[in-house]
Amino acid sequence: MKTETEKTIPYSESSYATEPTRWTKFWRRSFIFQIFRFFLLNLKIMRIVVGGHS
Amino acid sequence: MAKVLILGAGISGHTAALIARRKLGKNHQIEVISPNSNYQWVPSNIWVGMGLMTPKQVKFELAPVYKKMGIAYKQAMAISIHPDGDNNIVKPYVTIEYLIGDKKDSQENIEYDYLINATGPKLNFNATEGLGPEKFTDSVCTYQHASRAWENLQKCLTKMENGEKQRLLIGTGHPLATCQGAAFEYSLNVAFEINKRKLNHLAEITWISNEYELGDFGMGRAYIKRGGYITPTKIFAESIFKEYNINWILGAGVSKIEEGIAHYETLDGEYHTKEFDFAMLIPSFAGSGMKAYSKTEEDITSTLFVPNGMMKVDADYTPKPYEEWDASDWPSVYKSPLYDNIYAAGIAFAPPHAMSKPMKSKNGTQINPTPPRTGMPSGVIGRIVAQNIADKILTGTKDHKHKASMSKMGAACIVSAGYGIRHGQAAVMTVYPIVQDWKKYPKWGRDIGYTVGEIGLAGHWMKLFMHYMFLYKAKAKPFWWMIPE
Repeated sequence: MKTETEKTIPYSESSYATEPTRWTKFWRRSFIFQIFRFFLLNLKIMRIVVGGHS
Repeated sequence: MAKVLILGAGISGHTAALIARRKLGKNHQIEVISPNSNYQWVPSNIWVGMGLMTPKQVKFELAPVYKKMGIAYKQAMAISIHPDGDNNIVKPYVTIEYLIGDKKDSQENIEYDYLINATGPKLNFNATEGLGPEKFTDSVCTYQHASRAWENLQKCLTKMENGEKQRLLIGTGHPLATCQGAAFEYSLNVAFEINKRKLNHLAEITWISNEYELGDFGMGRAYIKRGGYITPTKIFAESIFKEYNINWILGAGVSKIEEGIAHYETLDGEYHTKEFDFAMLIPSFAGSGMKAYSKTEEDITSTLFVPNGMMKVDADYTPKPYEEWDASDWPSVYKSPLYDNIYAAGIAFAPPHAMSKPMKSKNGTQINPTPPRTGMPSGVIGRIVAQNIADKILTGTKDHKHKASMSKMGAACIVSAGYGIRHGQAAVMTVYPIVQDWKKYPKWGRDIGYTVGEIGLAGHWMKLFMHYMFLYKAKAKPFWWMIPE
């Protein structure tokens, strides 16, 4: 990825966007944590699927 | 014995065919007409467009599956509907034209008792001059297009590896295009690949879209709980693009493509051009272009279809300003208002209006997304249409027990942001309902408890899992019917 200096041009559109911290990126790829999220997200989707039509 | 005729074998039509077969048993006929000999799992075309899957991995032949299930199948295109028959034929029928084989170019009339129009979108590349794989841009809408997109992307990557800067333009190719999600997904995968090859310094990736703001996705944006805040998807999408080094141009209506140049108008009425070395732009969608004729052969196309060719159903099509749009405008059983035995499922039905606020440029050009119909609602609609028809045939009821309004139905979208069992990721987004209901949910338009936006490795696993699961289901393998849409 580009360095932060190259990306942050003051008052540019992208300068207002948030960026993930190192910890956020870590949890996104943490194998054990993501296994837990895999099951939880699937449960959330199942709730939507089941309730989505009669 | 009743006959259910289904036009189209995409997610909606194929689901309807399998469900109808299962509900009706062998005493009743199910027939599918489709110009394609293959079923394709469209959500995985993104990976074909990145060379991560082959076309063979995202499709399979329909004929053996239909033979196994006792579903008649003809590889042909539906040309016209005759809902009252004609002077010689009493029953309603559809005229089809064969596309291959001994019967190529010949036409045939197929009678029906119930008709499901599931013809999906016509990829309307011709609505933008110079757009499309036959001309100057690529597409990932079909596996054939996606395969070609990968060939062209590879040329770009090779040039970058040789030190040459490349400009990549990804997004929507018409002021009223839909399917921003697919283009968004492709842009993230392209950026991921460029980053993996350490070519960021040679790539300029630009997102160009008719959305008023990032994260609109044709759904009029959504709100998600994230990091202790309730955040609009604008913030979510901007954050991903910043992380992936993707620039963006919004409120843009692409009007013309020349070799290496996209012409577009923005909402402030200004005209611009953007040069590119590679462009993947989604076209606008239209209906299949079928005509309809009365018993006396009078053209009644405009009574069954809206001007863009999508079929009218039980929606409220009364023209009204954005402020008067209501969740109840959306259909729930997808039946033609004129014929009790005609239904339209998936992308073939005409939505009452957009979900995103209509926007016009200072020159009067309408530039806004039209409503998306993704795989999940398309499959659900195919299912309930088939269930209602089966109930009618088996019990004689005129009621529709099964309903699936997009304003009462949720959807999950998994946006791939990089492929890899250990290092990939995807954004999982759920919304409930798909179409905002500002009366029921005055604060956020949707139930914030069901609305999710999260990026991670789990999302990639989910998309990969769904690829295999839904292909298993579509092939009607054992216990396929237990897998929900």
